[in-house]
Amino acid sequence: MAITFQPSAYSGLVDREKGMVSREIFVNADIYAEEQDRIFTRAWLFVGHESQIVKPGDFFVSSMGEESVILCRDRQGEIHVFLNSCMHRGMKVCRYDEGNTPIFTCPYHGWSFATDGALVGVPFYKDAYHEELDKSQWGLIRVPRMANYKGGIWATWDENAPDFLEYIGDFRTYLDILFDGWNGEEGGTEVIGGIEKWLVPSNWKFPAENFIGDRYHNISHRSVDLAGIGPSGQGRRDTREREGAQALDISFPERGHGTIVFLRPADAQPVPSYQNNPVIADYFYQSEIARKERQGQLWRILGGPGTIFPNMSYLPRQPRSIAVWHPRGPDQTEVWRWFLVDSAAPPEVKEFLRQYYIRYSGPSGLTEQDDMENWNYAHAASRGAMARRHHYNYQMGMGRAVTDFEDAGLRIPGTVLDVTKARAGEQNQRSFYTRWADFMAARDWDELAGWRRENRFSTTC
Amino acid sequence: MVVANDPLATLLLKQTVEAFLYHEANLLDDRRYQEWLELLTEDVRYWVPMRRNVKFGELEREFTREGRDINWFDEGKDTLTQRVNQILTGVHWAEEPSSRIAHMVTNVEILEATPTAAAAESVKLRCRFIIYRNRVATETDILVGRREDVLRRVDGQWRIAQRQVFLDQNVLLAKNLTFFF
Repeated sequence: MAITFQPSAYSGLVDREKGMVSREIFVNADIYAEEQDRIFTRAWLFVGHESQIVKPGDFFVSSMGEESVILCRDRQGEIHVFLNSCMHRGMKVCRYDEGNTPIFTCPYHGWSFATDGALVGVPFYKDAYHEELDKSQWGLIRVPRMANYKGGIWATWDENAPDFLEYIGDFRTYLDILFDGWNGEEGGTEVIGGIEKWLVPSNWKFPAENFIGDRYHNISHRSVDLAGIGPSGQGRRDTREREGAQALDISFPERGHGTIVFLRPADAQPVPSYQNNPVIADYFYQSEIARKERQGQLWRILGGPGTIFPNMSYLPRQPRSIAVWHPRGPDQTEVWRWFLVDSAAPPEVKEFLRQYYIRYSGPSGLTEQDDMENWNYAHAASRGAMARRHHYNYQMGMGRAVTDFEDAGLRIPGTVLDVTKARAGEQNQRSFYTRWADFMAARDWDELAGWRRENRFSTTC
Repeated sequence: MVVANDPLATLLLKQTVEAFLYHEANLLDDRRYQEWLELLTEDVRYWVPMRRNVKFGELEREFTREGRDINWFDEGKDTLTQRVNQILTGVHWAEEPSSRIAHMVTNVEILEATPTAAAAESVKLRCRFIIYRNRVATETDILVGRREDVLRRVDGQWRIAQRQVFLDQNVLLAKNLTFFF
């Protein structure tokens, strides 16, 4: 399933030189339809977490773009991702959200599929098909590429897509902060039961660009900061660990990923946080010490919100969660949010985080409620014929990012905009839309893997 | 006690409970949030689970678990007070301008009265609700579900000690839950 397209004129709607983006790419139904093909069938998408499907036969129904998929562990313990559509007449073979099953039986005509996707049962196989149907050709459609990176399950429909690790590139340094334990232990995280799912009347790119690094929207969260829900009882997050830190916006325009981080000074030491309860405060303090020992200089990087192109966003620390912005038409996004905790954390810590997550995030979260109001009405007010003639402005901090940022011997990977003094910038958003335009223009993954060409260029010159 | 033992006392109690629930709904719909908070006991538990599609025979997994899983709400008076305080900042954009909300409470049943219906100090009840919300211009949500409350008499006044809300939705169709059930 190598996927090839003719170049699209829509990529011109992102003006890289001027730092402007047409509103059409948010509101236009034709562009939305092309996005489904050009982006969502080719990019790596987040599907779920292995801690959701621990036992053979466990399944979790997820979504890749608009389409329903089944994340499943087969009887041998292998993980698969299938299109949730019967090969005979397209019926959803699974309409449960999660569970455990030996087999998926289509309720329409009764074709049944094993947990490895194989077609194993066809009613009237002998009499009606005369045993001539080649069942081996009619198993559930399996994603050609899947990756389990530190428990996170990712998939792409394009067999020519690069490996997942090549897809994220040096962004891995930042993604690891999400999936590793708080003490830096590799992949020591699990999902808390209950995936939030809700509809937001907005294009999917609004939240994706918000999470890639919008430090500018502090006014949105004034009310939650006043209410004080943070882990130490103030604001919405603990910020003491950021004291003296540099604020860096980091992105990879050739890949579309980005995050905001705080870089602690070279001589920084762990500081107490999560101070409402001594057990919890001690857990985080000890974890910080262990992480510092394990990671050395890298410990200085305090992770903030980020987006993996196109539609997976995350918060690596406070509150630790993953959001996927499933497109549901140009004007609607179905948000799914997973919450992560350290697998080895004591029950008190997990319980404290669970409560913090609920009051921070999602439709009932004091913080996120106000974000959705913005995405809703920014989208609504951009749909009109007049509004569409005017591009959004993404010019903040243009021309000031560097690709060789280094501080006290620590090299920071990526295109880095130092916003310590400026407090905000839009380099990450520019990188996101640069990549969006690449995806809309490129014929195939040979064109999309631009970093390979840069490498060739640099080694031959 | 099981209330069926004393139908007349149960009828009177039901009348009292309904009047209390309507009063509560009025406070919420009139945006008198501070007064609403006063109707909650200090140890109130407020739980709104999420709801999964699960196979026949696995219905015990339909709702996310109180105290264990992520829920829409799973909290006490401290967080509910923060929610009210947030609305009262005047800069909680998801509720600014304010929503127009109507709580309909119906199908009220007394499930349990302690020690007796005639001298109840605690009442367990079940009801159905419809919450209609309209905001800004055309934004409209209708949320329907079942509620199970425990009311307790504190200093002679009925107070809400427990509220469990079973919303009839899977993917939440409202973009936020800035209101109270």
